[in-house]
Amino acid sequence: MKRILLLLPLAIFLAVAVFLYRGLFLNPAELPSALIGKPVPAFSLPAVDDPQRILSAADLQGRPALLNVWATWCVACKAEHPVLNKLAGQGILIHGINYKDDNAAARKWLEQFHNPYQLDIRDEQGSLGLDLGVYGAPETFFIDKQGIIRHKYVGAIDERVWREQLAPLYQELVNE
Amino acid sequence: MIPELGHLAMILALCMAIIQGTLPLIGAWRGDRLWMGLAQPAAWGQFAFLLFAFACLAQAFLADDFSVTYVAANSNSALPWYYKLSAVWGSHEGSLLLWALILGGWTFAVSVLSRQLPEDMLARVLGVMGLISIGFLAFLIVTSNPFERLLPQAPADGRDLNPLLQDFGLVVHPPMLYMGYVGFSVAFAFAIAALLGGRLDAAWARWSRPWTLVAWTFLGIGIVLGSWWAYYELGWGGWWFWDPVENASLMPWLVGTALLHSLAVTEKRGLFKSWTVLLAIAAFSLSLLGTFLVRSGVLTSVHAFATDPERGVFILAFLLLVVGGSLTLFALRAPVVKSRIGFALRSRESLLLVNNLILVVATATILLGTLYPLLLDALSGTKLSVGPPYFNTLFLPLMALLMFTLAVGVLLRWKDTPLQWLLGMLIPVLLASVALGMLASLWFDDFYWSVLAVSLLAAWVILAGLRDLLGKIRHKSVLQGLRSLTPSYWGMQLAHAGVAICALGIVLSTQQNVERDLRMAPGDVLELSGYRFGFEGTTHAEGPNYVSDKASIRVSKEEGSEVAVLHPEKRLYLVQRMPMTEAGIDAGLTRDLYVALGEPLENGAWAVRVHIKPFVRWIWLGGLLMACGGALAASDQRYRVKVKTGVRAALGMSNRGVQA
Repeated sequence: MKRILLLLPLAIFLAVAVFLYRGLFLNPAELPSALIGKPVPAFSLPAVDDPQRILSAADLQGRPALLNVWATWCVACKAEHPVLNKLAGQGILIHGINYKDDNAAARKWLEQFHNPYQLDIRDEQGSLGLDLGVYGAPETFFIDKQGIIRHKYVGAIDERVWREQLAPLYQELVNE
Repeated sequence: MIPELGHLAMILALCMAIIQGTLPLIGAWRGDRLWMGLAQPAAWGQFAFLLFAFACLAQAFLADDFSVTYVAANSNSALPWYYKLSAVWGSHEGSLLLWALILGGWTFAVSVLSRQLPEDMLARVLGVMGLISIGFLAFLIVTSNPFERLLPQAPADGRDLNPLLQDFGLVVHPPMLYMGYVGFSVAFAFAIAALLGGRLDAAWARWSRPWTLVAWTFLGIGIVLGSWWAYYELGWGGWWFWDPVENASLMPWLVGTALLHSLAVTEKRGLFKSWTVLLAIAAFSLSLLGTFLVRSGVLTSVHAFATDPERGVFILAFLLLVVGGSLTLFALRAPVVKSRIGFALRSRESLLLVNNLILVVATATILLGTLYPLLLDALSGTKLSVGPPYFNTLFLPLMALLMFTLAVGVLLRWKDTPLQWLLGMLIPVLLASVALGMLASLWFDDFYWSVLAVSLLAAWVILAGLRDLLGKIRHKSVLQGLRSLTPSYWGMQLAHAGVAICALGIVLSTQQNVERDLRMAPGDVLELSGYRFGFEGTTHAEGPNYVSDKASIRVSKEEGSEVAVLHPEKRLYLVQRMPMTEAGIDAGLTRDLYVALGEPLENGAWAVRVHIKPFVRWIWLGGLLMACGGALAASDQRYRVKVKTGVRAALGMSNRGVQA
């Protein structure tokens, strides 16, 4: 074996370390907020529960709502789901984007765990997700009654986050 | 007063670690026996001070001393005493102290149990462990002091331990995991000491083996506990999520598994020396990387501790020193001489090499999947998460391949194996396992390829083990034969059976899982796969620091015999206002009945989730069998005896005084 080969593990490690160092100054929860204050990008996609029904950005206007990006492959979504059910039960309008998911699995999930979504957009290719700058699931956008994106929350919403951070934001949109 | 004493003890432990990490190494380099001799007392002193510091922190928790910031943030006067104790390692600072204490404990154990090592080797091993300890203690003292006070405004009561952690599984899970992570530092220290001393021989491998086995066993138990905890505590019946923090514990375990097998080759045949050293370095480096990932906040995870870039920079610098330093040493000192010991294709050596390659590729796959979001973010600013589909598609076939080669490797002999003989052994095993696999997949109603494949592979592994066992005792009576086998042989058999059982558990519980999520009012009955679940409503219950809605669900067979009454709970922890799900589980060897409460609905009805999970216990049973196998192998008498003869022979001493 050549000694130069023995340097390989070190080289690999150093390369990883560079990324780890850069990673320290990137916040995984912080996201580009270029879309805040802009309308939801135009789209034309079928609904999860009815492939015949085509939804567009206009369908999201009228009332302030949460636009929740979810998928059956997403672990945190499963934890978030009961919270969304509860919020929907309280009369909060929630729309879903089923992001890069298998439609059959998504339907089964909604059947099993209840469906909190008023409208549920089937974004199988992730094209709407791409326009929205979604990087993973779950993410939740707050849109006002004109369909303008006002806030974005990354990660699963739990009761505490809702109570302390998000409920006031939603209330504000309702009061406008 | 007591927290200040604890703080002081921590600083004194650091002083001891500085002595332990410097003078003995210099002594070993210059051949100064006095300086080498400092390693043991310094290790003992360090351990004693850390024990004292840990006791001080535990006392602050038990006595509800909320003037200590860490206690105020993680405890509450209403918490039961055992959770107060486990709250000591419930968050970053305390768990780091536990880490340092366990490192001190391992160092102490090495210094006590390895007195028969050559003086310079022992000094180097303890010196390297001292260096690691300096890093952790400095980290603890500089950035994460658990004894910091909240004076003069001490709160009247604490903010309570995270309710997720108020559970038996989480009382024991972190110590076990840390025993494993830190335990790999011993194998690491032996490898570095051998590189420094230029003595990479069979004796070195023999010394490392029992330590590696013990660390690997603890890590295995820790992973099993973590998975079991997630299953019953998170409330939706999953047991593995490919979360970055889970991956961080799985990677050192996989490399540790490779290391165990590679050490066997190095010890028995003197081969793969550089490779073994590299694995020893990698196992500990991955443990450290895990610490970095958990505590620096570079990745989002459900387990991540509160994060702080200052801490991240510190650990990264430490990682760079330890891993970078040891890999540089490896590049400079690892033997490059081509070994003259040859081995044929059909030999245990080559199959163990294949085993190593599979395990290392599997680890690399997981590492890539774990770090990929980070790499992409750093390169292009794109954010994304890698989900279970990636891990399952790549990891599962590798494990199937591993199981296939495992059985062959067990039967093969060292150096070379006659093809005729091997086929004679393997063909009956193959036929029997194909038959068993078919039977197993027919036994279930629905046919799945994965069930067929895994039952076949599991039978293949277990039958090959039995075939080997029969071959070993064929010339003796059964009882005599079984007695003549060593604990390490039994350990190997047990661990391999564990792999098969774990794999069966995974595939059967995933494929045959039945679940329903439904609304149940008192009096409602659900019929599912031959069981009747009768919901009898909820009652209000109160715990020490929570209130709870406790449901009663009567489960009976369809023909009427009662199976169990399950009591799933929905708890509300009062201090943090955090709801928690406690699943009601009737555990069984062939199936778990799992009931969890969702949300309360109108008129006493609840959203209820019911799972029937066949063979899910086998996952953890298999994991525990692997750990038992490791413990059994580590207990083998030959390590102690041979260490003595080996060392004495190496030093040119007579065999006088060596006991059989």
